Amino acid sequence: MKHVVMLLVGAIVGAILFGIALLYNPFAANRSLSPLTVTDADIISFGYSPVPAESIVFTNNGESMHAPNPEKVLQLWEAPIRQTSAMAVLLHDARGAPAGIGVKFSSKSESTRLLGAQAIIDSTWHIYAPNYGSLFIAQTENYWSFLQQVGFPAWRSSSSSWRGTWHGDVTAGPGALGTAAVSGASGLLRGLEMEAVESLSVRAFSADHGFVSAEGRLIIALPEPAVADD
Amino acid sequence: MFKTFLIGVVLGIAAAAGALYAFPAVDQARETSLVAVAPNGGTLETFHINIPMDRIMIGGQAEGSPVPPGLRWPADEILADVRSEMFKIRNARDAVVGVAVRTAARRPDGNVIDWMLHLPARGSLFVSMEAQPRDGGVRVGRIVSGAREFALLTGSVGERWVAGTSTDEDAPAGRIELRASYVAQMEPVELLEDAQ
Repeated sequence: MKHVVMLLVGAIVGAILFGIALLYNPFAANRSLSPLTVTDADIISFGYSPVPAESIVFTNNGESMHAPNPEKVLQLWEAPIRQTSAMAVLLHDARGAPAGIGVKFSSKSESTRLLGAQAIIDSTWHIYAPNYGSLFIAQTENYWSFLQQVGFPAWRSSSSSWRGTWHGDVTAGPGALGTAAVSGASGLLRGLEMEAVESLSVRAFSADHGFVSAEGRLIIALPEPAVADD
Repeated sequence: MFKTFLIGVVLGIAAAAGALYAFPAVDQARETSLVAVAPNGGTLETFHINIPMDRIMIGGQAEGSPVPPGLRWPADEILADVRSEMFKIRNARDAVVGVAVRTAARRPDGNVIDWMLHLPARGSLFVSMEAQPRDGGVRVGRIVSGAREFALLTGSVGERWVAGTSTDEDAPAGRIELRASYVAQMEPVELLEDAQ
């Protein structure tokens, strides 16, 4: 009987050790430098607030961490969209002036692999910016570093909150360099295929209510001019 | 006794790793895709939006009664000619399968009407519509890009308004029909040695 009890205690300790090793895995990639920061291409930059209360509209299944905004917005409770959120935000240019409207749809991805430090979200943006035109961004985002460095500390905190400075790129694909695929449809961007990276700067996060103070940024690299062959 | 404890630790680690590997962290609910083969090639799929019950948002500076109640659309001048609507979308069996946004804007170089459809279990479609509807009130657009299942598809999407005929109090006033025609892009395929 003693051996059985020790085996069970050992198994519980082993599972806890595994969980700790997973959470503090030093080999989990934390990409803080965007490949687009070293590109020679011209870039378009849009900023937005990922805080639901500061959005134009934010909705989800109504049971998630982030509360829908406005309160009476239609919620996404049907099974096929229960793990999806939809957000409309005002976009700002690099100088903070209003630049356009962005709509983002995000769904938890079946390619999530916690063993591989991948907490994946499949997301798409539709952006209309009068000075540029309209464009579509398709990306997979990896929130593992965010969960490890912000979400888990907030959950563990006695006040269920985290304060500090966290900055990271969340875009993880589908591009080979971990960039998002961008297609332009109108205006100056018509017919252009581009790359983008989305990043987050978080200053306060609540394990109960989600983002409290944060900024999002989309960096879109325009195609580099073709060089004529000699 | 200590050996038994150590064996338990190893078993615990193995069980936790095995459970994480075997059980997916995310499992999206799927509705069966209702796709028909088109007579001239490609496939056809129809979606619709019941109005007003599937409308999540109507945003625009000219809107008198915003949806949802309490919506504060930006009053910035740069967005004066932009109108954006967000919906739930349904398949031919009237089951909700995704969400969509339709954005319309007036521009000096030609008006813009875009659709972005997002089906969580499948992927997303981005469609740029013609500015003017054709005969019969059908507006046709080109699939500009897609994600995941739709990444390698081209084709077109038609939208039209179908007024409701039911007199039931709960019946929709009508519906927006979206008829997508998908054509696979020709991708070069490497020949396998086995085929020689």
